[in-house]
Amino acid sequence: MRLADDERALSRVLLAPSILYIALLVGAPFVLALVYSLTSISLGGHSFNFVGVQNFAAALRDPSFLRALRNTILFAVLSQILVLILSSALAIALQRDFRGKWIVRLLVLLPWVAPISLGTIGWLWIFDSIYSVINWTLRALHIFGPSTWPIWLGQPNLAMVSIITVQVWRTLPLATVILLGGLSGIPQDIHDAAEVDGAGFFRHMFQITIPLVLPIALVATLFGFVFAFTDMIVVYVLTRGGPFDTTQVLASLAFYKSVDGGDLGGGAAVALFLFPVLAAAAVAMLRMARRAEVT
Amino acid sequence: MATGQALHGAAGKAANFGVIAAFTAFAAFPFAWMLITTFKRSNDLSDPGHNPFLFYQPPTLDNLRVLFNDTLFVRWAGNTVFVGVLVVLITLAIAVPAGYSLARLTGAIGEQLGVMMFLTYLVPPTILFIPLSRVVSILHLQDSPWALVLVYPSFTIPFCTWLMMGFFKVIPKDVEEAAMIDGLSRFGAFVRVILPMSIAGVLTVVIFTFTLVLQEFVYALTFISSAKNFTISVGVPSFLVRGDVYFWGSLMAACFIASVPIAFLYNLFVDRFIAGFTVGAVKG
Repeated sequence: MRLADDERALSRVLLAPSILYIALLVGAPFVLALVYSLTSISLGGHSFNFVGVQNFAAALRDPSFLRALRNTILFAVLSQILVLILSSALAIALQRDFRGKWIVRLLVLLPWVAPISLGTIGWLWIFDSIYSVINWTLRALHIFGPSTWPIWLGQPNLAMVSIITVQVWRTLPLATVILLGGLSGIPQDIHDAAEVDGAGFFRHMFQITIPLVLPIALVATLFGFVFAFTDMIVVYVLTRGGPFDTTQVLASLAFYKSVDGGDLGGGAAVALFLFPVLAAAAVAMLRMARRAEVT
Repeated sequence: MATGQALHGAAGKAANFGVIAAFTAFAAFPFAWMLITTFKRSNDLSDPGHNPFLFYQPPTLDNLRVLFNDTLFVRWAGNTVFVGVLVVLITLAIAVPAGYSLARLTGAIGEQLGVMMFLTYLVPPTILFIPLSRVVSILHLQDSPWALVLVYPSFTIPFCTWLMMGFFKVIPKDVEEAAMIDGLSRFGAFVRVILPMSIAGVLTVVIFTFTLVLQEFVYALTFISSAKNFTISVGVPSFLVRGDVYFWGSLMAACFIASVPIAFLYNLFVDRFIAGFTVGAVKG
């Protein structure tokens, strides 16, 4: 039989390049990261000594690592709780058709589509220590007195508030559109039946809409969480981890340790602390996918 | 459109409008701010007494002139397009056949492989950039856009394979069967019948791949070292923000120009993207 007609062989030939590419450029580097984390390898150095779990142990003793771990969890959890609440409100508001809906959708999507590093520079300007438009506006409205002028990116708590704000800003569009997809997937008869049975707004919301949209909301939240947990762009552009490492996250710490500090093994170890969380997210998604297939 | 759970009456409408207006303002404000800043003169910008929403001096094109003539912005845009086009071609060549294979030919195991492939999209650059930088230097691709051409498909292929699988699944199997009865081989049916029907899917892959390339930051920051070889997403924050002097006008112009046009294109395809994203979570 010719290859073009042999289904088994053809399917393998069509699939092989993608599996090969992923194996070589995701699988192999991942294994390499594991190997590095067990060695004392450094940038430009030739030493490749096996040091066991020393890098991991050193990380766990390092106060800057522990602070980064705490910051990462705080950053990811808080931002995604906010995203879940806000995107639900926005998706429900956007369900109704109205004139100019497409332009609203375009504008709401902008933060997700724009390159994150560039959108974040917009925020760098908005949070500027001297020209912050937020401070100017709040002072003009007499919400801030003449002596109040917060330095958003220069004070530890405010810096954390700032990076969480930007993370919410950039993840909100994705969560909203995913939720909108979920909402419009609910058959109209279910809403009609609830209406006939006299369900009020809140009962309708909590007993029908939310339970039906929950699986999809979970997917959106998991994605947002994974992005927030592993990303360094917002931190890198806005605060460089400062002031005094109060916004340093695991991803940015791994970057500074390996690229600026030259400690590849130590950097790889820090980055690999992300892995258990990612694996848990992956398992959760797989289970959801399987459940969707069974039902 | 489901309206069952919307709030009723004038109060409900007003609340709805308020929510939408507030969120739209939150999402779009930074871009509006970029646009205003782009056209301001620098001594207008640098007077803290000025109302930042107003123009005290006439708008100027100086910031744009500086951006295009005195910075490497055009060069970075060229690099981005260069890398983007090549990555799109590689992704199409590899992900489209793979998506078809997963959708049609491999049966139940195809489903599993598809999910696994999608999950590799979750392995972040943060874990991979350290070993990949070694790979790049072994191949002598340090400080070359070719390093990005090589590495970017590692995250565009999984995602686009998954997207294409979704597209091919909704085409009825009878279509190929009819074509095969008419004398085409299986592969011939894929190329001559199924592919032309999937132009929308292919376009979606093109747009999303290009957007992912435009957005990528960590690899470009790690693999590229000289200013002239950067892409926009790294060049602008690295070289227009340096030292104490911020050229906010040109900087905001760069951010706006690189952000907003692609958003219009993206908007046309976003529904398909969402459908692909949520395939695993909803039935059908």
